[in-house]
Amino acid sequence: MSQHLVILPILMPMIGALILLLSGKAPDGFHRRLSVALTGALLLISLVLLGRAASGELLLYALGNWQAPFGIVLMLDRLSALMLVLTATLALGCVLFACAGEDIRGSHFHGLFQLQLMGLNGAFLTSDLFNLFIFFEITLLASYALLMHGGGKEQVAAGLHYVVINVAGSALFVISLGVLYGATGTLNMADMANRVAEMGSDQAALVTAGALMLIVVFSLKAALLPLYFWLPRTYAAAPAPVAALFAIMTKLGLYAILRVQSMIFVETPAAAHITTWLWWSGLATIALAGVGVLAARDLRPLIAYLVLVSVGTLLAGVAMGTTEATTALLYYLPHTTLICGALFLIAELIGQQRGKAGTRLVRARRLHQRHLLGGLFLVAAVAVAGLPPLAGSISKLMLMQAVEGSARLWLWPLLLLAGLCALIAMSRAGSVFFWASYKGEVVAGKVGRTQLAGVIWLLASVPVLVAFGGPIGHYTQATAEQLASPQAVIHQLLEGGTAPDLAQLPRLPHDETQGEAP
Amino acid sequence: MEALFSLVVGVLIASGTYLLLRGRTFPVIIGLVLLGYAVNLFLFSTGGLNTHAAAVIGESTVPTDPLPQAFVLTAIVIGFAMTAFVVILAIRARSEMGSDHVDGQQGEAGDAK
Repeated sequence: MSQHLVILPILMPMIGALILLLSGKAPDGFHRRLSVALTGALLLISLVLLGRAASGELLLYALGNWQAPFGIVLMLDRLSALMLVLTATLALGCVLFACAGEDIRGSHFHGLFQLQLMGLNGAFLTSDLFNLFIFFEITLLASYALLMHGGGKEQVAAGLHYVVINVAGSALFVISLGVLYGATGTLNMADMANRVAEMGSDQAALVTAGALMLIVVFSLKAALLPLYFWLPRTYAAAPAPVAALFAIMTKLGLYAILRVQSMIFVETPAAAHITTWLWWSGLATIALAGVGVLAARDLRPLIAYLVLVSVGTLLAGVAMGTTEATTALLYYLPHTTLICGALFLIAELIGQQRGKAGTRLVRARRLHQRHLLGGLFLVAAVAVAGLPPLAGSISKLMLMQAVEGSARLWLWPLLLLAGLCALIAMSRAGSVFFWASYKGEVVAGKVGRTQLAGVIWLLASVPVLVAFGGPIGHYTQATAEQLASPQAVIHQLLEGGTAPDLAQLPRLPHDETQGEAP
Repeated sequence: MEALFSLVVGVLIASGTYLLLRGRTFPVIIGLVLLGYAVNLFLFSTGGLNTHAAAVIGESTVPTDPLPQAFVLTAIVIGFAMTAFVVILAIRARSEMGSDHVDGQQGEAGDAK
């Protein structure tokens, strides 16, 4: 039984989503309870998997028992386990928040939400590039529908841009997969890594082209500089729980970059191009997003630009490529994802008590529950600006220590200035919301219990990340070391991971394609 | 055959990209569809271009690579679903914003942007 644990993060949301979608007539309470239960169970399973992965064990699951280079193999290493736990933690906060009434503004919220979780988990678990593409598409399709949830004019306009750019991005994804398959003859990441390493110089040019196209696609999902313009509008228009969940979507692109860069392309000529590109784009993203944070006139785009600051920071960390930098960015990753998610939810709470003014940074009537919301906003603002003693400051410090030589001259000022921009913008927003107000309150829009539970669940991660900074730091360091030595993983994936009884199976040469069926 | 094939893929990609950059939703969707066709054709060719070669061992003297065919089937299904979704979304955008411009603005002001 326990060997099937690896596929549960994909199967459970899928079956849950089917039940939720097919029982459309059932009462809302049933949908809510089932959805929260599924997400909670997902968190538990992810934690168990994290415990298994933490010991350095590599969990492999050959789908249909087809051996590694031919069939699709799910692989759980430390990085995958970390991402699974992060996704489930964020999702639980979002789904709790949505249960307060956001979910019945449109149809099928919970079913689509579970489908999106399935796509995310699958993308984090798979070790096959084409399978990664499939799970990207599942995630995207669910996200299109969630973005339109309860749709208004603004959502449809932003959604159109988001969908068109992502469909074009998917086309590029398939082209790069085609180039890589044509050059190497495989799409299994471990097998491709081996073949790329043994490759002659005439094929190397093709692999470089394919690799760079792949990185462009992942940068589009991660929202790196020339490709981030879709993000602020989309995230600002999305319903709050969906926007909060989208905080992990940019990290999906980051995960994919980290995975292919460390596993496949690290010793190819493409690696130098990739790191240069990521470094400068990452820095420029930090700079421009910092300007965006200051210029935003509404809290939602402001948070969207804060997401971009974190994306730029993380990708600059990926470009450094050292073990210290990877350790730092993996410690920063959960912090920034959960805080940005929490901020989107807090923005919704503030907006629903300000009547027509919403989350715009203008004078409006006084907030009804100003002490509660002010407290939540303060914690989130301190965390997102990276002030001590919270995890944001520690991880930024680790990242700044990891930089060497002249690169310091670029990263240090940009990172600190971006933090200052965030601090200024958040203090200004807080002053407007909580102090610059007229007399008289909008009584409507009281904070619901589940809404509060969702926000507090996400905000609670901040002290947890500091309090357990030691163990988490060790874990991220072990993850970075595992990523830095892909040979062990590749060897295990290709040789050892399959079930022992495989040799006794009858040989069926006619069924070669079954392992790759969609 | 290789030259013809690459020419077809190239022309499809070029037309798709051009249409994708237009200002109205209908040409944009046609652009996405053309891009999808080009991508599928390209993916099909990654196993090598052969004639009289089946993807099943024993059916022909030289079998061809079956994997790209499986990829293309998957990509076609996904592309079909995406196209259907974009079409519905464009119709919705047209009715919500009163314009089929991708920025949702009517007339000259929208075109200028």
